[in-house]
Amino acid sequence: MIHLPIVPVIIPLLAAPLCIIFRSKQLAWSIALAATWTSFCVSILLAIHVVAVGPLSYNIGGWPAPWGITYYIDTLNAFVLLIVSGMSAVVLPYARKSVEMEIDSSTQPYFYSLLLICITGLLGITVTGDAFNMYVFLELSSLSSYALIGMGPRRRALTAAYQYLIMGTIGATFILIGIGLLYSLTGTLNIQDMAVQLRANDILGSGNRTLITAFAFLTVGLSLKLALFPLHLWLPNAYSYAPSVVTIFLAATATKVAIYMLLRFCFGVIGNGTIFQMTLGKIILIPALAAILVASIVAIFQYDIKRMLAYSSVAQIGYMILGISFATTTGLTAGILHMFNHALMKGLLFMVMGAVSYRVGSVYINDFRGLGRKMPWTMAAFVIGGLSLMGVPMTAGFISKWYLIKAALENGWWDVTILILLGSLLAVVYIWRVVETAYFNPSHENEEDIGEAPLSLLIPMWTLVIANIYFGIDTSIPLNLAQQAATLLMEGI
Amino acid sequence: MATETLIQLCILLPACGALFIAASAKFPNLREAVTMGSATGLFCLVAALFMRPEALNLAPIVLAEPLPGLQLQLCLEPLGLLFAGIASLLWLITSVYTIGYMRGNKENNQTRLYICFALALASTMGIALSGNLITLFLFYEMLTLSTYPLVTHNQDHDAVSGGRYYLGILISTSVGLLLPAIIWTWHLTGTTTFTAGGILAGNIDPSLVVLLLLLYAFGIGKAALMPIHRWLPEAMVAPTPVSALLHAVAVVKAGVFCMVKIILYIFGPQLLITTGSNSILIGLASFTIISASIIALRQDNLKRRLAYSTISQLSYITLAVAILTPHSITAAVVHITAHAFGKITLFFAAGAIYTAAHKTKVSELNGIGQRMPWTMSAFAIASLSMIGLPPAAGFISKWYLLQGALSINSGPIIAVLLLSTLLNTGYFIPIVYAAFFKKEDAPIAHPHGEAPWTMVLALTTTALLTLILFFWPQIPLELAAQLPGVGR
Repeated sequence: MIHLPIVPVIIPLLAAPLCIIFRSKQLAWSIALAATWTSFCVSILLAIHVVAVGPLSYNIGGWPAPWGITYYIDTLNAFVLLIVSGMSAVVLPYARKSVEMEIDSSTQPYFYSLLLICITGLLGITVTGDAFNMYVFLELSSLSSYALIGMGPRRRALTAAYQYLIMGTIGATFILIGIGLLYSLTGTLNIQDMAVQLRANDILGSGNRTLITAFAFLTVGLSLKLALFPLHLWLPNAYSYAPSVVTIFLAATATKVAIYMLLRFCFGVIGNGTIFQMTLGKIILIPALAAILVASIVAIFQYDIKRMLAYSSVAQIGYMILGISFATTTGLTAGILHMFNHALMKGLLFMVMGAVSYRVGSVYINDFRGLGRKMPWTMAAFVIGGLSLMGVPMTAGFISKWYLIKAALENGWWDVTILILLGSLLAVVYIWRVVETAYFNPSHENEEDIGEAPLSLLIPMWTLVIANIYFGIDTSIPLNLAQQAATLLMEGI
Repeated sequence: MATETLIQLCILLPACGALFIAASAKFPNLREAVTMGSATGLFCLVAALFMRPEALNLAPIVLAEPLPGLQLQLCLEPLGLLFAGIASLLWLITSVYTIGYMRGNKENNQTRLYICFALALASTMGIALSGNLITLFLFYEMLTLSTYPLVTHNQDHDAVSGGRYYLGILISTSVGLLLPAIIWTWHLTGTTTFTAGGILAGNIDPSLVVLLLLLYAFGIGKAALMPIHRWLPEAMVAPTPVSALLHAVAVVKAGVFCMVKIILYIFGPQLLITTGSNSILIGLASFTIISASIIALRQDNLKRRLAYSTISQLSYITLAVAILTPHSITAAVVHITAHAFGKITLFFAAGAIYTAAHKTKVSELNGIGQRMPWTMSAFAIASLSMIGLPPAAGFISKWYLLQGALSINSGPIIAVLLLSTLLNTGYFIPIVYAAFFKKEDAPIAHPHGEAPWTMVLALTTTALLTLILFFWPQIPLELAAQLPGVGR
């Protein structure tokens, strides 16, 4: 029990080389599956423990803070940990067939190994309480995801990966500079200690230039990683050309982890959200609103549906950042809750894309003609995921929208409320375009032999369908965690 | 059985019916039997609720609590009971009719139609029984989504484009206007529960009442207040049984039902009268009544003419409730019933004409009365009801409505009512006259008789109901007497 906090990170890290050693795609998949499920189970245990007992710290190698590396888990980490490990646990069973189809069988062990390293990185960012360690894990996850995206079936994947590499590196460098400046200011890398030092030396109140610069770098760097409009340019290409499994995984987890970092630094380290309330909230409000509108409109005009969903992701990230920019408990709850709900719905929608490309070969809008009849379960899943994205009651999406609007009203921001609803309506347009094509356009004559996706794709997909509906009716678990995390953040650690 | 269970079963039964219909897709006879069974079962359930007066005084039933303080709850009140009664009775009759129509016209995808029908009914029951705005909104959206496949049933270009209008207008008004209105109400009062006499009084700035009222009035797109009416004629691409049940009864009545409910249980008559904001609703409804009737005059497609007539008749109900006198509220309640029976008969007749004679235009109906005497007699009776002449049910609602208008001495409202009566006569009587007294156009493309007997049975039943309601209007009148704003 005492070593529990490190288990979710260490298991995939140790499993990654095993995949390469055995060189068998079947074995590699089994190892990855076992590793992700172990991580997920441990994450559940951790979450239960954190909720029941309180924050958990773990000193690696027994070196005490602030000198050693400390893993520190409170409700916020535990929640993000659940999202990341839970989504990997759902994606892995899906991966076997999809990867077999899209990736050369000799490189499959490498693929699983990279995927595990990426999972390690994301989980590591989440659990660590050390700023530099966080950067190391960020690089770990970024580097592995560049390679994973580059493995996409089309050659354009390489350009997409390269583009992401350049922009991701700039982002990571900015983050590193930000962390460095904070270190020079406080003399510590432990996030808890940083907050204490900032408060003890009264750096916060004096409007210290270094502090402001540090936060400017951190915010811009993280905005790049989390694809906040207009720094989102890498995302549509990366998502549309990556292998299906990678898209599902990254869309559901990677951007959420970057948002977690933003929350951790801006609320945790600075404490009480002071700077945030004064300026930063207003600064990121505009890009968030622009993301919701512009990205949704751009999504309407996409022919590649995976790309359309990628733009929709940019819009949805706008919702999360919008919630955070309110800098109130309700706003933060909405933002954090939407991280969870968005993982559920976008994971589901990208799984549908994976299944369609498994059967049809590509996911252009024309490929969807007649799929309502030929792949009824897959398309039904798409409709439900779409409804959740629009925010129809009884789906998870409604709950996030409700909280966002509640937060906007508490601040008295009517105009923002209207924009949130406008975003929902735009989602109706782009989702319904696909639904209409799938159900009403006759299929191509030469493609009559397409059948329903295999069960190993359908079962994870429908697990997420059920989750989307379940968490729209009984929200107690994510809502409690999100509320506790939001309260914690508002108190400033 | 406990009354609470009965209320919940009203929603569960059609929903489960949908599942069984899906399961029996391969055996058409069994499938139709399941439809009939669920419809009969639902009617019995609602009838049982009518038999238990204590059902109206129950504490709300909480189904789920997705967010703290935000409950999905069911609660039976007089208007909801009446609406549930009408919808379940007419579902039963429509099922008989649908089977004849679908088989007579050899339609495709019949299973999907029956499934969606059952789901739409489950949503309608949900609307009728909902205990607060959130539950109402949930079922309102479910009704839109479950009827979309019905509107686009033919799957051709027209159907898809009609479906776009349908979904586009209904979803954008409900999400863009109704949802903010609900959230605003919740923000102001901290509750969304329907409470006799309203929850807003004292919680809202009087100058903002008009704004909130307009948000609700246009947000409830299903009430088809102009200019949010375009979806209704567009939805006429659907097969006739769908148009009949959904666009004359379930969907549009859900719209006006929400309107009445929100005015009586959320705003409360007192608040609207003291702020004078009901006059804007009266104006909007009057405008819709007249202009929709004028448009109806010029439609040659029979179903489109009926659609515009529906728009006009719905606004009668909105107008009646907006006048807010005891008589006029009673008129609204009676008219929900009378119009449901009358309009479904008209649609049934239009469908019977299409099935037997393959005619869709008013100008083609010369002399059809000789070939289809039952159908056209029913059509004539329903037309009388629409115009508001005895011995049809429409007379009673118009009588109460006029009394309501007289009691507030409003000349313009009376003028609107008289003018619209004239217009109604103008677009219904020529059809009846042509059918019975004009000579059939020669040459006759193909001789035909009546439509299949199930269809004729259904439409004569509803025509009879219009007559019965004129002589025995006690049920809606008694229920209306229990509403807030009417009370003895």
